[in-house]
Amino acid sequence: MKLPIYMDNHATTPVDPRVLNAMMPYFTNVFGNAASRNHEFGWQAEAAVDKARKQIADLIGASEKEVVFTSGATESNNLAIKGVAEMYAEKGNHIITAATEHKAVLDTCKRLEKDGVRVTYLPVQANGLIDLNQLQSAITDKTILISVMYANNEIGVLQPIAEIGRIAKSKGVLLHTDATQAVGKVPVNVIKDNIDLASLSGHKMYGPKGVGALYVRRKGPRVQITAQMDGGGHERGMRSGTLNVPGIVGLGEACALCQAEMPEESKRLAFLRDKLRATLEKQLDEVYINGTLEHRLPNNLNMSFAYVEGESLLMGINDIAVSSGSACTSATLEPSYVLKALGAGDDLAHSSIRFGLGRFNTEEEVDHVAAKVIDVVKKLRELSPLYEMAKEGIDLAKVQWSAH
Amino acid sequence: MAYSNKVLDHYNNPRNVGSLDKNDPNVGTGMVGAPECGDVMKLQVKVNPETGVIEDAKFKTFGCGSAIASSSLATEWLHGKTVDEALAIKNTDIVNELSLPPVKIHCSVLAEDAIKAAISDYKKKAALNTEAVASN
Repeated sequence: MKLPIYMDNHATTPVDPRVLNAMMPYFTNVFGNAASRNHEFGWQAEAAVDKARKQIADLIGASEKEVVFTSGATESNNLAIKGVAEMYAEKGNHIITAATEHKAVLDTCKRLEKDGVRVTYLPVQANGLIDLNQLQSAITDKTILISVMYANNEIGVLQPIAEIGRIAKSKGVLLHTDATQAVGKVPVNVIKDNIDLASLSGHKMYGPKGVGALYVRRKGPRVQITAQMDGGGHERGMRSGTLNVPGIVGLGEACALCQAEMPEESKRLAFLRDKLRATLEKQLDEVYINGTLEHRLPNNLNMSFAYVEGESLLMGINDIAVSSGSACTSATLEPSYVLKALGAGDDLAHSSIRFGLGRFNTEEEVDHVAAKVIDVVKKLRELSPLYEMAKEGIDLAKVQWSAH
Repeated sequence: MAYSNKVLDHYNNPRNVGSLDKNDPNVGTGMVGAPECGDVMKLQVKVNPETGVIEDAKFKTFGCGSAIASSSLATEWLHGKTVDEALAIKNTDIVNELSLPPVKIHCSVLAEDAIKAAISDYKKKAALNTEAVASN
């Protein structure tokens, strides 16, 4: 077993060697511009891009003409939401999203609010999922778009996208989903789920960074978006810019591998995740899972270790790469807004750790991680005045704390 | 974020972890911070009433590594100091000793507050004792 152990696969994943192999020729020998229509170099590049388009479309049940290449999921989210807001401005100016979305969606919506678009941020329930009744009643005749993520990047919960899709369709509202964490991990099907726009990214599924895609539905309804970048009119006018051919080839290969291996791999990851969870729960009292376990990515575990602060825990498990919702680990010095939205209290957000298992994690690594976390949590609880008070039977919620 | 060697040392080998009897009239207890802010420090001093010298100091901290190190260092400094000397410890002394980065300065402020809270608790108790003795 090699240290340190990487278990932060929601942040990014390594490029699979098979993906890298597929990409290599497109940096050197096959370097053409896919838009060069009149020579062999261009044709080869275009053929490679077309193959990748098909691989991506196959993974999500789309047709290859519905795939628009971008630089990643942040751009895809921006393009989808701003593109719809601009294109459908005459139809309405209301967008519905959720409080636990990624910042690429939330900040895009905030930007649109400055331009007069009205945005409803749906709260989530304690399990991390939106309430479909609240969604129904938030829809008005001015609503043009619902943007709800497929899987959450912190707590891994899967929103009821198929149900949301049905609601959106029945009301004639478009559905965009940020499927960055879900694509390649769980079956995503744009037809079955009634998705009109979906964002995905290469580096979350063992492909390269700097490449992503936006699925844009072409039939029933034909979705149109206003381009957010002007130029040569690439990608059927929706996203100008010379195509990143090696990146696109890598994204395509990554999708093909995920599709081929998903049935077995998701079982393997769920087994490892459940072993990690069971071991931690058996050896430690007062640990809490953030978000529902029932509707969740197989590779995600987000746990709060009561009375222990997240950054100090990360410091103790320094041969393991995971992340925490603690304020101390964020640039803003605020605890995770996703965990806060669950309503569990800021103290549990400060005590949270996100484990993101991946293709290259082994059972031996999971055992090491569990043992190490248990050891450090116990040590830090010996140091924790809160643990001592809780053991004395003091209700921490009733203590008058001196805020600072 | 990279931690200084001194922060790492206090985190890995915290000094004076534990609790003193908070009902002891010579023990002052300070508890500062709040769980929802991500740090709580409990710092206790045991003072010799004859000499005013701090004979023992203990801490327990819920917080990041720098908060743990700040309070650990504080207890180390408190040993053998008089109450007045202890009140002269400034958060900037802790920042300098541990080379805390700007985002961690609040940890040192919290440690200074904890010292002051513990000593003020001790003084309150001592005053009560004097009153009790006087009224006898």
